[in-house]
Amino acid sequence: MSKSVLGLYNDPNQAADAMDALKNAGFAQGTFDVLTGTPYPEGAFGEHVPQHRLFRFPAFGAIIGFTLALFLTAATQIAYPLVTGGKPILSLFAMLVILYEMSMLSAVISTVVGIVIESRLPNVNPGVYDNRITEGLIGVVITTDDDKADTAIDALNGAGAMEIKQA
Amino acid sequence: MQQRRTIDQIHTNRVLLNGQLDTPKWWAPTVIVLGIIVAIGFFLIGIMVNKGLGVTGLSRPVYWGLFITTFVFWVGISHAGIMISAILRLSQAEWRRPVTRAAELLTVFSLLTALLFPLMHAGRPWRIIYFILPYDFARGIMPNVRSPLIWDPVAISTYLTGSTLFLYIALLPDLGNLRDRTTGWQNALYTILALGWRGNPRQWKLQTVGGILLSALMLPIFVSVHSIVSWDFAVTPAVEGWHSTIFAPYFVIGAVHSGVSAVVTMMALMRWLWKWEDFIRPEHFDALARLLIVVATGWLAFTFLELLFAVYGLDAPELELRDMQIFQWPWNLLFVTFLFTGYIIPVGMWLQKSVRNNIALMFWSSLFVNIGMWLERFMIIVPGLARKTPFVYTWEAYRPSGLEWFILFWSLAWVTFLMLLFSRFFPLVPLFEQKESQTFGDSIKIGRVRVPAIVREAD
Repeated sequence: MSKSVLGLYNDPNQAADAMDALKNAGFAQGTFDVLTGTPYPEGAFGEHVPQHRLFRFPAFGAIIGFTLALFLTAATQIAYPLVTGGKPILSLFAMLVILYEMSMLSAVISTVVGIVIESRLPNVNPGVYDNRITEGLIGVVITTDDDKADTAIDALNGAGAMEIKQA
Repeated sequence: MQQRRTIDQIHTNRVLLNGQLDTPKWWAPTVIVLGIIVAIGFFLIGIMVNKGLGVTGLSRPVYWGLFITTFVFWVGISHAGIMISAILRLSQAEWRRPVTRAAELLTVFSLLTALLFPLMHAGRPWRIIYFILPYDFARGIMPNVRSPLIWDPVAISTYLTGSTLFLYIALLPDLGNLRDRTTGWQNALYTILALGWRGNPRQWKLQTVGGILLSALMLPIFVSVHSIVSWDFAVTPAVEGWHSTIFAPYFVIGAVHSGVSAVVTMMALMRWLWKWEDFIRPEHFDALARLLIVVATGWLAFTFLELLFAVYGLDAPELELRDMQIFQWPWNLLFVTFLFTGYIIPVGMWLQKSVRNNIALMFWSSLFVNIGMWLERFMIIVPGLARKTPFVYTWEAYRPSGLEWFILFWSLAWVTFLMLLFSRFFPLVPLFEQKESQTFGDSIKIGRVRVPAIVREAD
């Protein structure tokens, strides 16, 4: 069985010390995390710098949107071939507007999907948490096996945790 | 940001969530009054749909009147959100923090409102489906994708969808905050909407990177939307005053002018109504006024360039139109009013530091701008149609009916109503942005003074 342990801190320095203590106690990066109510500068707690692939999402989205728009505009004009001013039926310049808008729309939607997926949301089982984190407390949370929970609690307490919660 | 002071997160929560956790006393009566106006407006729209467009002042040769003017006006206002949120976010302007949410919200609600006007203007709104959506298979008729009247709904729908998603993503951390402060059904609602937000470094990084990426994607959409709206007019060679190549940038900069001014109006109201003096400070108005001076002057240059290009060709009908617009009654009165309210009075005021730091004066000057900008759209759309041209056998002035005027004012009440409803459930100022500003802020001593300083990450 695994257990989730949360240490709460008032001071960012203590939270950073707790992260170091967990590392020194032999816990692997990725098994513990820091929770804050506001973004802190990257690496402020000595945390593992998260990697993401968000930039791929808008590119794929734009390609899909462009392809759909090309099909939609071309098929529409071929289905109802209305010659206007002697211009070609497939008037590429006039189609550009819709190609552009649909590419951008698809890029935006896929970026939003990317943000949600890369943020590991929706998180249906968020584990141990404390509402005071959004009031300024800093939480250091670790998920570990039952038999290592005491080691984690000792590390968190050693850094000056004001409170420990378990789930 | 010299006027900022240190505020802890508990106080920030208490003050900025006062709309959701402790509804102000004025909220319910205001929403009820606005709700009545909104209901009357919908009733009048119903009458118009039932009776037909004969209840408006629209008649040969002026078929695009107050509804289309108001449509362009609201699309213009919608440019507030991306201008403030995206451009200032990309440029890391510190003073953007208290205004981004409200500006994005204004974008969403003004676009929703703008979309209603072409529907009303059509007289029989359900028939719009014939030329927007593919596809009336039964009759084998497809929409003409080469027409700006198709480009318009495509662009506006893209902008509306993008802005709504942008708003939601930036709302996630605050939804987590609301979840932590509420109980019962409210807690259940915010728990679902927050998607399990916890505030770990990965989520914050994605929030930052995603915000910048979405800003970068929304900017080209923002430029394209009002460009495409301008092409509704600019690709029509038959109407003098419409057929101009400068319309796209002219409309975009005009939209930024009116949109940012609307943000100023809204910021003043937010400061007064919710008593957010610690968060929306005179220095924010000062920064916005400086930005507006630049935008307004750019817009004025385009206004005169448009006029110059029109008369440069010495084309007789075009000269006649400009003569009518500027020198003939009552257009001359509208022209002077538009020039004074759109530029001369507000920019003259904003050049004074005392005005830029006076919230009441900023409020009134921003209202002036939007009176002027509405008139600008009216002056672009109507005179070109009202003037007699070789193939038009009637020449009648357009006089909007009382119903049209009411629907114009109804739209103002409708947007305010929507904003107030939103404020009951979601914070109008992004709390995490405020807290980030506090986290990254410190004070340093320079000589004998201690000044606030903001630490910023390198990338």
